[in-house]
Amino acid sequence: MSDARAGLTRRQAHERDLRRRSLLIAGGSTLAVILAIVFLVPLAPGWERVQQSFFNAEVFARTFPKLLNAFLLDVAIFAWSAPLIAALGLAVALARDVRNPVLYPLRLFGTVYTDIFRGVPVVLVVYLIGFGIPGLGLPRPWNSPYIWGTVALVLTYSAYVAEIFRSGIESVHQSQRNAALSLGLSGGDSMRYVVLPQAIRRVIPAQMNMLIALQKDVALLSFIGPVEIFRQAGVFKSLLANFTPYVVAACIFLVITVPATRLADHLIARQNRARS
Amino acid sequence: MKLRLDNVQKSFGATRVLDGISLDVAKGEMVCLIGASGSGKSTLLRCINLLEPLDDGAIWLDGEDIAEPALDPQPIRQRIGIVFQSFNLFPHMTAVENVMLAPRRVRKETREALRPEVTALFDRFGLADRMGHYPDQLSGGQQQRVAIIRALAMRPEIMLFDEITSALDPELVGEVLQVLKALKEDGMTMILATHEMAFARDVADRVCVLDHGRIIEEGPPAQVFTAPREARTRAFLSRVLQPV
Ligand SMILES: Nc1ncnc2c1ncn2[C@@H]1O[C@H](COP(=O)(O)OP(=O)(O)O)[C@@H](O)[C@H]1O
Ligand SMILES: [Mg+2]
Repeated sequence: MSDARAGLTRRQAHERDLRRRSLLIAGGSTLAVILAIVFLVPLAPGWERVQQSFFNAEVFARTFPKLLNAFLLDVAIFAWSAPLIAALGLAVALARDVRNPVLYPLRLFGTVYTDIFRGVPVVLVVYLIGFGIPGLGLPRPWNSPYIWGTVALVLTYSAYVAEIFRSGIESVHQSQRNAALSLGLSGGDSMRYVVLPQAIRRVIPAQMNMLIALQKDVALLSFIGPVEIFRQAGVFKSLLANFTPYVVAACIFLVITVPATRLADHLIARQNRARS
Repeated sequence: MKLRLDNVQKSFGATRVLDGISLDVAKGEMVCLIGASGSGKSTLLRCINLLEPLDDGAIWLDGEDIAEPALDPQPIRQRIGIVFQSFNLFPHMTAVENVMLAPRRVRKETREALRPEVTALFDRFGLADRMGHYPDQLSGGQQQRVAIIRALAMRPEIMLFDEITSALDPELVGEVLQVLKALKEDGMTMILATHEMAFARDVADRVCVLDHGRIIEEGPPAQVFTAPREARTRAFLSRVLQPV
Protein backbone atom coordinates (compact mmCIF):
# COMPACT_ATOMS: atom_id res chain seq x y z
CA MET A 1 0.00 0.00 0.00
CA SER A 2 2.89 2.36 0.78
CA ASP A 3 4.26 1.51 -2.64
CA ALA A 4 1.02 2.56 -4.24
CA ARG A 5 1.28 5.85 -2.41
CA ALA A 6 4.81 6.39 -3.80
CA GLY A 7 3.31 6.01 -7.26
CA LEU A 8 5.42 2.97 -8.16
CA THR A 9 4.30 -0.05 -10.14
CA ARG A 10 4.84 -3.43 -8.48
CA ARG A 11 7.86 -4.05 -10.66
CA GLN A 12 9.42 -0.69 -9.90
CA ALA A 13 8.93 -1.26 -6.18
CA HIS A 14 10.52 -4.67 -6.45
CA GLU A 15 13.51 -3.28 -8.35
CA ARG A 16 13.88 -0.51 -5.80
CA ASP A 17 14.02 -3.06 -3.00
CA LEU A 18 16.62 -5.09 -4.89
CA ARG A 19 18.71 -1.96 -5.45
CA ARG A 20 18.57 -0.99 -1.80
CA ARG A 21 19.57 -4.45 -0.68
CA SER A 22 22.55 -4.73 -3.05
CA LEU A 23 23.70 -1.24 -2.10
CA LEU A 24 23.59 -2.23 1.55
CA ILE A 25 25.54 -5.42 0.94
CA ALA A 26 28.17 -3.69 -1.23
CA GLY A 27 28.60 -0.91 1.31
CA GLY A 28 28.85 -3.31 4.22
CA SER A 29 31.42 -5.60 2.61
CA THR A 30 33.56 -2.67 1.44
CA LEU A 31 33.55 -1.20 4.93
CA ALA A 32 34.55 -4.56 6.40
CA VAL A 33 37.54 -4.86 4.07
CA ILE A 34 38.71 -1.30 4.79
CA LEU A 35 38.42 -1.85 8.54
CA ALA A 36 40.37 -5.09 8.26
CA ILE A 37 43.18 -3.33 6.38
CA VAL A 38 43.28 -0.36 8.73
CA PHE A 39 43.34 -2.52 11.86
CA LEU A 40 45.20 -5.63 10.71
CA VAL A 41 48.01 -4.23 8.55
CA PRO A 42 49.46 -2.12 11.41
CA LEU A 43 49.72 -5.35 13.43
CA ALA A 44 52.37 -6.62 11.00
CA PRO A 45 55.84 -6.60 12.58
CA GLY A 46 57.40 -4.37 9.91
CA TRP A 47 54.56 -1.88 9.68
CA GLU A 48 56.35 0.79 11.73
CA ARG A 49 59.30 0.83 9.31
CA VAL A 50 57.17 0.75 6.15
CA GLN A 51 55.04 3.61 7.40
CA GLN A 52 58.15 5.64 8.18
CA SER A 53 59.75 5.19 4.77
CA PHE A 54 56.72 5.09 2.44
CA PHE A 55 53.88 6.96 4.11
CA ASN A 56 55.67 9.70 6.00
CA ALA A 57 53.28 12.63 6.30
CA GLU A 58 56.00 15.13 6.98
CA VAL A 59 58.02 14.12 3.90
CA PHE A 60 54.80 14.07 1.88
CA ALA A 61 54.03 17.65 2.78
CA ARG A 62 57.59 18.83 2.20
CA THR A 63 58.10 17.25 -1.22
CA PHE A 64 54.60 17.60 -2.70
CA PRO A 65 54.92 21.17 -4.09
CA LYS A 66 58.26 20.51 -5.79
CA LEU A 67 57.05 17.22 -7.24
CA LEU A 68 53.89 18.81 -8.53
CA ASN A 69 56.08 21.42 -10.18
CA ALA A 70 58.26 18.73 -11.74
CA PHE A 71 55.10 17.03 -13.00
CA LEU A 72 54.37 20.13 -15.08
CA LEU A 73 57.39 19.15 -17.16
CA ASP A 74 55.80 15.72 -17.76
CA VAL A 75 52.63 17.45 -18.82
CA ALA A 76 54.54 19.76 -21.16
CA ILE A 77 56.44 16.91 -22.82
CA PHE A 78 53.13 15.06 -23.16
CA ALA A 79 51.42 18.11 -24.61
CA TRP A 80 53.92 18.65 -27.41
CA SER A 81 54.41 14.95 -28.13
CA ALA A 82 50.73 14.03 -28.49
CA PRO A 83 49.96 16.15 -31.59
CA LEU A 84 53.19 15.03 -33.25
CA ILE A 85 52.27 11.40 -32.56
CA ALA A 86 48.75 11.89 -33.95
CA ALA A 87 50.14 13.44 -37.14
CA LEU A 88 52.94 10.92 -37.70
CA GLY A 89 50.70 8.00 -36.74
CA LEU A 90 48.06 9.06 -39.25
CA ALA A 91 50.71 9.56 -41.95
CA VAL A 92 52.13 6.07 -41.37
CA ALA A 93 48.63 4.55 -41.37
CA LEU A 94 47.90 6.21 -44.72
CA ALA A 95 51.28 5.15 -46.09
CA ARG A 96 50.41 1.55 -45.25
CA ASP A 97 47.12 1.92 -47.10
CA VAL A 98 48.36 3.20 -50.49
CA ARG A 99 47.38 1.01 -53.43
CA ASN A 100 49.32 2.79 -56.16
CA PRO A 101 52.29 0.58 -57.15
CA VAL A 102 54.43 3.67 -57.72
CA LEU A 103 54.13 4.40 -54.02
CA TYR A 104 54.99 0.87 -52.96
CA PRO A 105 58.21 2.01 -51.23
CA LEU A 106 56.08 4.22 -48.99
CA ARG A 107 53.93 1.27 -48.07
CA LEU A 108 56.99 -0.87 -47.38
CA PHE A 109 58.42 1.88 -45.22
CA GLY A 110 55.19 2.07 -43.20
CA THR A 111 55.21 -1.67 -42.61
CA VAL A 112 58.88 -1.84 -41.60
CA TYR A 113 58.47 1.21 -39.40
CA THR A 114 55.55 -0.17 -37.40
CA ASP A 115 57.20 -3.59 -37.09
CA ILE A 116 60.41 -2.13 -35.69
CA PHE A 117 59.01 0.38 -33.26
CA ARG A 118 56.33 -1.93 -31.93
CA GLY A 119 58.94 -4.63 -31.45
CA VAL A 120 61.36 -2.70 -29.22
CA PRO A 121 60.69 -1.68 -25.59
CA VAL A 122 60.07 2.06 -25.26
CA VAL A 123 62.84 2.42 -22.70
CA LEU A 124 65.38 1.00 -25.16
CA VAL A 125 64.36 3.46 -27.86
CA VAL A 126 64.65 6.28 -25.32
CA TYR A 127 68.16 5.13 -24.38
CA LEU A 128 69.36 4.54 -27.94
CA ILE A 129 68.08 7.81 -29.34
CA GLY A 130 68.46 9.88 -26.19
CA PHE A 131 72.12 8.96 -25.65
CA GLY A 132 73.08 7.97 -29.17
CA ILE A 133 72.18 11.04 -31.17
CA PRO A 134 73.49 13.72 -28.77
CA GLY A 135 76.61 11.56 -28.65
CA LEU A 136 77.28 12.60 -32.23
CA GLY A 137 78.51 15.85 -30.74
CA LEU A 138 75.75 18.09 -32.08
CA PRO A 139 75.87 21.78 -31.13
CA ARG A 140 73.35 23.26 -28.74
CA PRO A 141 70.36 23.14 -28.76
CA TRP A 142 70.46 20.02 -30.92
CA ASN A 143 72.01 17.92 -28.17
CA SER A 144 69.06 18.54 -25.84
CA PRO A 145 67.63 15.42 -24.20
CA TYR A 146 64.22 17.06 -24.45
CA ILE A 147 64.36 16.97 -28.22
CA TRP A 148 65.69 13.44 -28.55
CA GLY A 149 63.59 12.09 -25.72
CA THR A 150 60.54 13.52 -27.44
CA VAL A 151 61.67 12.02 -30.74
CA ALA A 152 61.98 8.61 -29.09
CA LEU A 153 58.47 8.82 -27.64
CA VAL A 154 57.01 10.13 -30.89
CA LEU A 155 58.63 7.40 -32.99
CA THR A 156 57.50 4.61 -30.69
CA TYR A 157 53.99 5.80 -30.02
CA SER A 158 53.33 6.71 -33.66
CA ALA A 159 53.82 3.06 -34.57
CA TYR A 160 51.05 1.96 -32.18
CA VAL A 161 48.79 4.88 -33.03
CA ALA A 162 49.25 4.14 -36.76
CA GLU A 163 48.09 0.57 -36.25
CA ILE A 164 44.99 1.77 -34.41
CA PHE A 165 44.20 4.25 -37.18
CA ARG A 166 44.68 1.53 -39.74
CA SER A 167 42.30 -0.83 -37.97
CA GLY A 168 39.79 2.03 -37.97
CA ILE A 169 40.26 2.60 -41.70
CA GLU A 170 39.78 -1.09 -42.38
CA SER A 171 36.63 -1.19 -40.26
CA VAL A 172 34.89 1.26 -42.60
CA HIS A 173 33.05 -0.88 -45.09
CA GLN A 174 34.30 -1.01 -48.66
CA SER A 175 30.86 0.08 -49.88
CA GLN A 176 31.45 3.54 -48.38
CA ARG A 177 34.59 3.97 -50.44
CA ASN A 178 32.81 2.64 -53.53
CA ALA A 179 29.92 5.04 -53.03
CA ALA A 180 32.39 7.93 -52.88
CA LEU A 181 34.31 6.73 -55.97
CA SER A 182 31.09 6.17 -57.91
CA LEU A 183 30.25 9.86 -57.50
CA GLY A 184 33.49 10.74 -59.26
CA LEU A 185 35.50 11.64 -56.15
CA SER A 186 39.21 10.92 -56.34
CA GLY A 187 40.75 8.21 -54.18
CA GLY A 188 42.34 10.85 -51.98
CA ASP A 189 39.09 12.75 -51.48
CA SER A 190 37.22 9.51 -50.76
CA MET A 191 39.72 8.76 -48.01
CA ARG A 192 39.77 12.28 -46.63
CA TYR A 193 36.07 13.09 -46.62
CA VAL A 194 34.36 9.72 -46.37
CA VAL A 195 36.57 7.00 -44.87
CA LEU A 196 38.83 8.87 -42.46
CA PRO A 197 36.16 10.83 -40.56
CA GLN A 198 34.34 7.58 -39.81
CA ALA A 199 37.56 5.70 -39.02
CA ILE A 200 38.84 8.34 -36.61
CA ARG A 201 35.55 8.49 -34.74
CA ARG A 202 35.64 4.75 -34.20
CA VAL A 203 39.15 4.66 -32.76
CA ILE A 204 38.92 7.62 -30.39
CA PRO A 205 38.52 5.42 -27.27
CA ALA A 206 41.46 3.22 -28.25
CA GLN A 207 43.59 6.30 -28.93
CA MET A 208 42.64 7.70 -25.52
CA ASN A 209 44.17 4.62 -23.95
CA MET A 210 47.35 5.35 -25.91
CA LEU A 211 47.35 8.90 -24.52
CA ILE A 212 47.12 7.56 -20.97
CA ALA A 213 50.02 5.19 -21.61
CA LEU A 214 52.02 8.04 -23.12
CA GLN A 215 51.45 10.25 -20.09
CA LYS A 216 52.97 7.53 -17.91
CA ASP A 217 55.83 6.75 -20.28
CA VAL A 218 56.99 10.36 -20.28
CA ALA A 219 58.64 9.39 -16.98
CA LEU A 220 61.06 7.23 -18.99
CA LEU A 221 62.77 10.38 -20.22
CA SER A 222 64.16 10.77 -16.71
CA PHE A 223 66.76 8.16 -17.70
CA ILE A 224 68.37 10.52 -20.19
CA GLY A 225 68.33 13.74 -18.20
CA PRO A 226 65.17 15.82 -17.85
CA VAL A 227 64.33 16.36 -14.18
CA GLU A 228 60.69 15.47 -14.42
CA ILE A 229 58.63 14.07 -11.56
CA PHE A 230 60.14 10.58 -11.44
CA ARG A 231 63.70 11.87 -11.41
CA GLN A 232 62.81 14.60 -8.90
CA ALA A 233 61.31 11.95 -6.65
CA GLY A 234 64.57 10.01 -6.93
CA VAL A 235 66.52 13.07 -5.90
CA PHE A 236 64.33 13.51 -2.85
CA LYS A 237 64.61 9.85 -2.01
CA SER A 238 68.41 10.09 -1.86
CA LEU A 239 68.32 13.39 -0.03
CA LEU A 240 65.83 12.36 2.64
CA ALA A 241 66.58 8.63 2.68
CA ASN A 242 62.82 8.07 2.34
CA PHE A 243 60.55 6.49 -0.30
CA THR A 244 57.52 8.68 0.34
CA PRO A 245 58.32 10.96 -2.66
CA TYR A 246 57.66 7.99 -4.96
CA VAL A 247 54.25 7.54 -3.35
CA VAL A 248 53.60 11.25 -3.87
CA ALA A 249 54.56 10.91 -7.53
CA ALA A 250 52.26 7.90 -7.94
CA CYS A 251 49.37 9.85 -6.39
CA ILE A 252 49.94 12.77 -8.74
CA PHE A 253 49.90 10.44 -11.76
CA LEU A 254 46.71 8.80 -10.55
CA VAL A 255 44.90 12.11 -10.25
CA ILE A 256 45.38 12.52 -14.01
CA THR A 257 45.21 8.97 -15.30
CA VAL A 258 42.25 7.58 -13.34
CA PRO A 259 39.67 10.08 -14.65
CA ALA A 260 41.13 9.71 -18.15
CA THR A 261 40.86 5.93 -17.93
CA ARG A 262 37.27 6.13 -16.70
CA LEU A 263 36.43 8.44 -19.60
CA ALA A 264 38.03 6.10 -22.15
CA ASP A 265 36.15 3.11 -20.71
CA HIS A 266 32.94 5.11 -20.79
CA LEU A 267 33.49 5.99 -24.46
CA ILE A 268 34.25 2.37 -25.33
CA ALA A 269 31.15 1.14 -23.53
CA ARG A 270 29.02 3.72 -25.28
CA GLN A 271 30.43 2.74 -28.65
CA ASN A 272 29.80 -0.96 -27.99
CA ARG A 273 26.21 -0.17 -27.04
CA ALA A 274 25.76 1.92 -30.18
CA ARG A 275 27.08 -0.90 -32.33
CA SER A 276 24.89 -3.65 -30.90
CA MET B 1 22.87 5.67 -79.36
CA LYS B 2 23.86 6.46 -75.84
CA LEU B 3 25.48 3.37 -74.38
CA ARG B 4 26.60 0.20 -76.08
CA LEU B 5 27.96 -2.84 -74.29
CA ASP B 6 29.89 -5.12 -76.58
CA ASN B 7 30.69 -8.66 -75.45
CA VAL B 8 31.41 -7.66 -71.84
CA GLN B 9 33.19 -10.39 -69.87
CA LYS B 10 34.05 -10.58 -66.21
CA SER B 11 35.25 -13.40 -63.98
CA PHE B 12 35.91 -13.60 -60.29
CA GLY B 13 38.66 -16.17 -60.03
CA ALA B 14 37.43 -19.19 -61.97
CA THR B 15 33.75 -18.14 -61.90
CA ARG B 16 32.58 -16.43 -65.05
CA VAL B 17 30.06 -13.87 -63.85
CA LEU B 18 29.48 -11.93 -67.08
CA ASP B 19 29.69 -14.14 -70.11
CA GLY B 20 29.63 -11.90 -73.15
CA ILE B 21 26.97 -9.26 -72.51
CA SER B 22 25.99 -7.04 -75.42
CA LEU B 23 23.37 -4.36 -74.95
CA ASP B 24 22.38 -1.09 -76.57
CA VAL B 25 20.69 1.61 -74.54
CA ALA B 26 19.24 4.61 -76.35
CA LYS B 27 19.04 8.11 -74.94
CA GLY B 28 16.08 8.43 -72.58
CA GLU B 29 15.45 4.70 -72.52
CA MET B 30 14.72 2.74 -69.34
CA VAL B 31 16.09 -0.79 -69.44
CA CYS B 32 15.25 -3.25 -66.66
CA LEU B 33 17.55 -6.15 -65.86
CA ILE B 34 15.76 -9.07 -64.28
CA GLY B 35 17.03 -12.50 -63.38
CA ALA B 36 17.71 -14.82 -60.49
CA SER B 37 19.92 -13.75 -57.63
CA GLY B 38 23.55 -14.36 -58.64
CA SER B 39 22.87 -14.01 -62.37
CA GLY B 40 25.24 -11.03 -62.60
CA LYS B 41 22.98 -7.96 -62.50
CA SER B 42 24.96 -6.10 -59.83
CA THR B 43 28.28 -6.99 -61.39
CA LEU B 44 27.12 -5.68 -64.76
CA LEU B 45 26.06 -2.32 -63.28
CA ARG B 46 29.30 -2.05 -61.32
CA CYS B 47 31.26 -2.72 -64.50
CA ILE B 48 29.42 0.02 -66.39
CA ASN B 49 30.26 2.43 -63.56
CA LEU B 50 33.90 1.19 -63.69
CA LEU B 51 33.82 0.10 -60.05
CA GLU B 52 34.86 -3.30 -61.40
CA PRO B 53 37.36 -3.60 -64.25
CA LEU B 54 36.23 -5.68 -67.23
CA ASP B 55 38.20 -8.69 -68.36
CA ASP B 56 37.25 -8.22 -71.98
CA GLY B 57 34.79 -6.45 -74.25
CA ALA B 58 34.01 -2.78 -74.67
CA ILE B 59 31.62 -0.20 -73.26
CA TRP B 60 30.91 2.64 -75.65
CA LEU B 61 29.58 5.85 -74.17
CA ASP B 62 28.84 8.41 -76.90
CA GLY B 63 31.46 6.90 -79.16
CA GLU B 64 34.18 6.58 -76.54
CA ASP B 65 35.27 3.19 -75.20
CA ILE B 66 35.22 3.77 -71.44
CA ALA B 67 36.34 0.22 -70.70
CA GLU B 68 39.80 1.05 -72.03
CA PRO B 69 41.94 -0.10 -69.10
CA ALA B 70 44.38 2.81 -69.37
CA LEU B 71 41.61 5.38 -68.96
CA ASP B 72 41.19 7.43 -65.78
CA PRO B 73 37.82 6.23 -64.42
CA GLN B 74 37.13 9.37 -62.40
CA PRO B 75 35.72 11.68 -65.11
CA ILE B 76 33.65 8.81 -66.52
CA ARG B 77 32.08 7.96 -63.17
CA GLN B 78 30.89 11.56 -62.98
CA ARG B 79 28.85 10.97 -66.12
CA ILE B 80 27.30 7.70 -64.85
CA GLY B 81 25.44 7.77 -61.55
CA ILE B 82 24.78 4.62 -59.55
CA VAL B 83 22.46 3.96 -56.60
CA PHE B 84 22.91 0.87 -54.46
CA GLN B 85 20.55 -1.47 -52.68
CA SER B 86 21.99 -0.53 -49.28
CA PHE B 87 21.85 3.29 -49.85
CA ASN B 88 25.48 3.75 -48.75
CA LEU B 89 24.90 7.29 -47.54
CA PHE B 90 27.82 8.75 -45.62
CA PRO B 91 26.64 8.40 -42.01
CA HIS B 92 28.75 11.26 -40.61
CA MET B 93 27.20 13.85 -42.93
CA THR B 94 23.74 15.36 -43.10
CA ALA B 95 21.59 14.63 -46.12
CA VAL B 96 22.50 17.92 -47.80
CA GLU B 97 26.22 17.43 -47.09
CA ASN B 98 26.00 13.97 -48.63
CA VAL B 99 24.56 15.53 -51.75
CA MET B 100 26.95 18.47 -51.97
CA LEU B 101 30.22 16.64 -51.29
CA ALA B 102 30.95 15.44 -54.82
CA PRO B 103 29.90 18.65 -56.65
CA ARG B 104 32.00 20.66 -54.21
CA ARG B 105 35.10 18.51 -54.45
CA VAL B 106 34.89 17.49 -58.10
CA ARG B 107 33.32 20.49 -59.79
CA LYS B 108 34.79 22.90 -57.20
CA GLU B 109 31.48 24.63 -56.67
CA THR B 110 30.64 26.46 -53.46
CA ARG B 111 27.78 25.49 -51.16
CA GLU B 112 26.09 28.79 -51.93
CA ALA B 113 26.27 28.22 -55.67
CA LEU B 114 24.90 24.69 -55.26
CA ARG B 115 22.13 25.51 -52.83
CA PRO B 116 19.36 26.45 -55.31
CA GLU B 117 19.80 23.34 -57.44
CA VAL B 118 20.16 21.00 -54.46
CA THR B 119 17.23 22.52 -52.62
CA ALA B 120 15.11 22.11 -55.72
CA LEU B 121 16.00 18.40 -55.88
CA PHE B 122 15.13 17.82 -52.20
CA ASP B 123 11.92 19.75 -52.77
CA ARG B 124 10.94 17.80 -55.81
CA PHE B 125 11.35 14.43 -54.09
CA GLY B 126 9.52 15.46 -50.94
CA LEU B 127 12.52 15.87 -48.66
CA ALA B 128 12.68 19.64 -48.25
CA ASP B 129 12.37 19.32 -44.47
CA ARG B 130 14.97 16.56 -44.19
CA MET B 131 18.03 18.30 -45.65
CA GLY B 132 19.70 18.80 -42.28
CA HIS B 133 19.00 15.29 -40.99
CA TYR B 134 21.64 12.60 -40.61
CA PRO B 135 21.05 9.31 -42.42
CA ASP B 136 20.20 7.45 -39.20
CA GLN B 137 17.39 9.96 -38.59
CA LEU B 138 15.75 9.05 -41.90
CA SER B 139 13.56 6.14 -42.94
CA GLY B 140 14.90 3.69 -45.51
CA GLY B 141 12.75 5.23 -48.24
CA GLN B 142 14.00 8.70 -47.37
CA GLN B 143 17.61 7.52 -47.29
CA GLN B 144 17.26 5.94 -50.68
CA ARG B 145 15.76 9.12 -52.12
CA VAL B 146 18.67 11.10 -50.70
CA ALA B 147 21.03 8.61 -52.34
CA ILE B 148 19.29 9.22 -55.67
CA ILE B 149 19.51 12.99 -55.20
CA ARG B 150 23.20 12.60 -54.34
CA ALA B 151 23.81 10.85 -57.65
CA LEU B 152 21.66 13.34 -59.59
CA ALA B 153 23.57 16.29 -58.16
CA MET B 154 26.52 15.27 -60.33
CA ARG B 155 24.24 15.79 -63.35
CA PRO B 156 24.90 12.32 -64.78
CA GLU B 157 23.94 11.38 -68.32
CA ILE B 158 22.99 7.85 -67.30
CA MET B 159 21.70 6.47 -64.02
CA LEU B 160 22.20 2.90 -62.83
CA PHE B 161 19.98 1.49 -60.08
CA ASP B 162 20.88 -1.77 -58.35
CA GLU B 163 17.78 -3.23 -56.68
CA ILE B 164 17.25 0.04 -54.89
CA THR B 165 13.97 -1.05 -53.28
CA SER B 166 15.07 -4.49 -52.09
CA ALA B 167 16.19 -3.31 -48.65
CA LEU B 168 13.01 -1.32 -48.00
CA ASP B 169 9.93 -2.15 -46.00
CA PRO B 170 7.08 -2.82 -48.45
CA GLU B 171 5.20 0.36 -47.62
CA LEU B 172 8.26 2.47 -48.50
CA VAL B 173 8.85 0.95 -51.95
CA GLY B 174 6.26 3.11 -53.67
CA GLU B 175 7.83 6.46 -52.79
CA VAL B 176 11.15 5.36 -54.32
CA LEU B 177 9.57 3.92 -57.48
CA GLN B 178 7.75 7.23 -57.83
CA VAL B 179 11.12 8.95 -58.11
CA LEU B 180 12.14 6.60 -60.90
CA LYS B 181 8.97 7.39 -62.82
CA ALA B 182 9.64 11.11 -62.47
CA LEU B 183 13.18 10.65 -63.78
CA LYS B 184 11.89 8.71 -66.76
CA GLU B 185 9.53 11.56 -67.55
CA ASP B 186 12.56 13.88 -67.47
CA GLY B 187 14.10 11.76 -70.19
CA MET B 188 16.87 10.29 -68.05
CA THR B 189 18.64 7.26 -69.52
CA MET B 190 18.41 4.48 -66.93
CA ILE B 191 19.40 0.87 -66.33
CA LEU B 192 17.68 -0.85 -63.41
CA ALA B 193 18.36 -4.17 -61.83
CA THR B 194 15.07 -4.93 -60.13
CA HIS B 195 12.81 -7.49 -58.54
CA GLU B 196 9.80 -5.19 -58.91
CA MET B 197 8.21 -7.07 -61.80
CA ALA B 198 5.02 -5.02 -61.83
CA PHE B 199 7.05 -1.82 -62.07
CA ALA B 200 9.23 -3.21 -64.84
CA ARG B 201 6.15 -4.29 -66.76
CA ASP B 202 4.45 -0.91 -66.43
CA VAL B 203 7.33 1.51 -66.84
CA ALA B 204 10.31 -0.10 -68.58
CA ASP B 205 10.92 0.43 -72.28
CA ARG B 206 12.80 -2.85 -72.47
CA VAL B 207 13.43 -5.84 -70.24
CA CYS B 208 16.57 -7.98 -70.32
CA VAL B 209 16.59 -11.38 -68.64
CA LEU B 210 19.96 -12.39 -67.22
CA ASP B 211 20.92 -15.97 -66.53
CA HIS B 212 24.39 -17.08 -65.55
CA GLY B 213 25.99 -13.94 -66.92
CA ARG B 214 24.20 -13.94 -70.26
CA ILE B 215 21.22 -12.02 -71.58
CA ILE B 216 18.98 -14.92 -72.56
CA GLU B 217 16.05 -12.82 -73.66
CA GLU B 218 15.23 -9.18 -74.23
CA GLY B 219 12.32 -7.24 -75.55
CA PRO B 220 9.45 -4.94 -74.63
CA PRO B 221 7.96 -5.84 -71.23
CA ALA B 222 4.62 -6.83 -72.75
CA GLN B 223 6.34 -9.53 -74.76
CA VAL B 224 8.84 -10.75 -72.14
CA PHE B 225 6.26 -10.97 -69.36
CA THR B 226 3.32 -12.35 -71.31
CA ALA B 227 4.92 -14.38 -74.07
CA PRO B 228 8.49 -15.27 -73.09
CA ARG B 229 10.31 -17.22 -75.74
CA GLU B 230 12.81 -18.93 -73.45
CA ALA B 231 11.94 -21.79 -71.15
CA ARG B 232 14.36 -20.41 -68.56
CA THR B 233 12.57 -17.05 -68.62
CA ARG B 234 9.26 -18.79 -68.07
CA ALA B 235 10.73 -20.75 -65.17
CA PHE B 236 12.16 -17.60 -63.61
CA LEU B 237 8.95 -15.64 -64.04
CA SER B 238 6.81 -18.37 -62.59
CA ARG B 239 9.09 -18.46 -59.54
CA VAL B 240 8.93 -14.71 -58.88
CA LEU B 241 5.36 -14.04 -59.94
CA GLN B 242 3.79 -16.81 -57.90
CA PRO B 243 5.78 -17.01 -54.74
CA VAL B 244 5.28 -19.75 -52.11
N1 LIG C 1 33.59 -9.40 -55.48
C1 LIG C 1 33.23 -10.65 -55.82
N2 LIG C 1 34.10 -11.68 -55.66
C2 LIG C 1 33.75 -12.93 -56.02
N3 LIG C 1 32.56 -13.27 -56.52
C3 LIG C 1 31.65 -12.31 -56.71
C4 LIG C 1 31.94 -10.95 -56.36
N4 LIG C 1 30.86 -10.20 -56.63
C5 LIG C 1 29.93 -11.06 -57.14
N5 LIG C 1 30.41 -12.31 -57.17
C6 LIG C 1 29.70 -13.48 -57.69
O1 LIG C 1 29.23 -13.17 -58.97
C7 LIG C 1 27.95 -13.72 -59.19
C8 LIG C 1 26.99 -12.66 -59.62
O2 LIG C 1 26.75 -11.78 -58.55
P1 LIG C 1 25.87 -10.47 -58.69
O3 LIG C 1 26.38 -9.67 -59.82
O4 LIG C 1 25.83 -9.83 -57.35
O5 LIG C 1 24.45 -11.08 -59.05
P2 LIG C 1 23.00 -10.44 -58.86
O6 LIG C 1 23.16 -8.98 -58.60
O7 LIG C 1 22.29 -10.74 -60.14
O8 LIG C 1 22.37 -11.15 -57.71
C9 LIG C 1 27.54 -14.41 -57.91
O9 LIG C 1 27.79 -15.78 -58.06
C10 LIG C 1 28.47 -13.81 -56.89
O10 LIG C 1 28.73 -14.76 -55.90
MG1 LIG D 1 22.61 -7.88 -56.93
